[in-house]
Amino acid sequence: MTKRFALGIFEDEDVLLHAVENVREAGVKIYEVFTPFPIHGIDDALGIERSRLPIAAFFFGLTGLSFALWMQIYMLGFDWPMIIGGKPHIALPAFIPVSFELTVLFCCHGMVITFYAISKLYPRWRTPVLDVRSTDDKFVMAIEVNENTDMNKLTQILRENGASEVNQKEMSKF
Amino acid sequence: MATLTHQESVTAEYLEVTPGARKNFMLIIIAGVVLLVVGVIVSLFGGGGHEAAEGAAAAHGATAAHGAAVAGHGGGEHHSSAPWLKRIIVSLWHSNVFFTGVSAIGTVFMAIQYVAYAGWSVVVKRINEALSAWLIPGLVIMLIVFGLNFINYDLFHWTVPGIMDKADANYDAIVAGKSGFLNVPFYVIRMVIYLGLWIYFTKRLRDLSLAEDLNGGTAYFHKSINVSALFLVFYAVTSSMSAWDWVMSVDVHWFSTLFGWYVFASWWVSGIAAVTLCAILLKQAGYLPLLKDGHLHDLGKFMFGFSIFWTYLWFSQFMLIWYANMPEESVYFNQRLGGFNGRYTWLLYGNLFVNFVFPFLVLMTRDAKRQMIMLKIVSIAILIGHWSDFYLMFMPGTMKGENGFIIEIGIALIFLGSFLILMTKRLAQASLTPIHHPFLDESVHHTT
Repeated sequence: MTKRFALGIFEDEDVLLHAVENVREAGVKIYEVFTPFPIHGIDDALGIERSRLPIAAFFFGLTGLSFALWMQIYMLGFDWPMIIGGKPHIALPAFIPVSFELTVLFCCHGMVITFYAISKLYPRWRTPVLDVRSTDDKFVMAIEVNENTDMNKLTQILRENGASEVNQKEMSKF
Repeated sequence: MATLTHQESVTAEYLEVTPGARKNFMLIIIAGVVLLVVGVIVSLFGGGGHEAAEGAAAAHGATAAHGAAVAGHGGGEHHSSAPWLKRIIVSLWHSNVFFTGVSAIGTVFMAIQYVAYAGWSVVVKRINEALSAWLIPGLVIMLIVFGLNFINYDLFHWTVPGIMDKADANYDAIVAGKSGFLNVPFYVIRMVIYLGLWIYFTKRLRDLSLAEDLNGGTAYFHKSINVSALFLVFYAVTSSMSAWDWVMSVDVHWFSTLFGWYVFASWWVSGIAAVTLCAILLKQAGYLPLLKDGHLHDLGKFMFGFSIFWTYLWFSQFMLIWYANMPEESVYFNQRLGGFNGRYTWLLYGNLFVNFVFPFLVLMTRDAKRQMIMLKIVSIAILIGHWSDFYLMFMPGTMKGENGFIIEIGIALIFLGSFLILMTKRLAQASLTPIHHPFLDESVHHTT
């Protein structure tokens, strides 16, 4: 499906931050903001809810911990018991470092993969970018528009709030 | 989140220590004295022959194992004080080491923030300064209690006369081998140097901070950074060495290269818990209007992270000793895990629970780190937990199987009350917000 966007281009992060607040106050729904670097406080200004990634991380960690404990207890305790250093076959203190490492490994890999998947940052043939300058030095505010949108008014709002240019772009598969 | 460039006017506000608060501090001290007296009475009359005999038997067993493990131990045992007196001396030392270490963390924390050019912590800076008010009494008490040790050498086995003299019945080859480091004059000199340095740098940073309040400008800030950097270099060395001196030399035959860091981690996380608790109590009393949940969140992260750090060090020390299982090393954990008829076992596991499992699970979510009630519960738990961590470091080596809790908690309460009186006194001396700190604005607008 093709979507149309009005793009406000900003030169400065502080200007953008204030623009985000004012544009939202004016009742315009912002689709997304693209910036060359993370801006402190922009999530709150855009009213984006907090990510639920930590919950996923907790369960990835729990999976890693269970897997590590199961693996060591099964291998060293049942499948191929060996006496190491005169300790019992299932010697929990010796298992803790491996359990810790696997918890961290599962947790961070799971988190990165989940993050890429939900942000659609996996490899694709064509990467949709609204304005390539947002990867360089410009801050791009994207607002979804349709036939009924009053483009003059929207342009005026964006201009008043410091946009240096206002463009339109159509994008499919976004 | 309002705006980033907005300037808020900040005015100085002063803490008023109300008579009610003073009465509460006195009540804590009185409760401590009452517990102390009750503890002494119980120890004198209520102990009964059974427990004493059991303790003696356990001590005997431990001594036998000890002698077997340590070749060349002459086995000449000295007479120690009556249990109640010994317990008072040991727990005075125990509580003082804990409170002095926590007190020093105030300056350490502040110094780290200076060196890191950190802005967020400016609103709690005065609490850190006030926390270090205990250092001078800490030094005095430490010297006095070290003197009390010589009544019957209850605290430090290596101070027993003749232990380093080959001709003497008390001769102990291993302790004699450490005589270059562990001798009384050098020990006292070191103690004075450690605390002297900490006191000097605390005063220096405090003076700069107060002068900044009066005159403003960034000169004091840059000077503070230099002072802090120098202090941290000294503290890195002295904190480890003081841990060997004050804590590890109690178990004089035993050693662990990790120990300095382990003790530091314990002090550090307790210090942060103390700052957090103090900040929350002040906030709830209507002070510190600039302290937002963002700051609490960061303090909560510190408590969470360093609880894990403490556990990491605890486990690193434990696992190597457990795995290698060399008698001269594992005797330390033998005493704590099942030694003396298992007197300390519950405490060891309880300690790991309160200092690791509890903060780890409770402070895991973001919301918990931003709620005062959660932070309050966890910081109190951490403070109690690390006090008992030090209990576990001192008691098996000194009291053996005759440890108790009533006298110890009583003395800890006396320390707590006095600590709070001094701390609030210093807090009230200056504005709770350092109004001319160059990073104050950053701290006010801190978001996480």
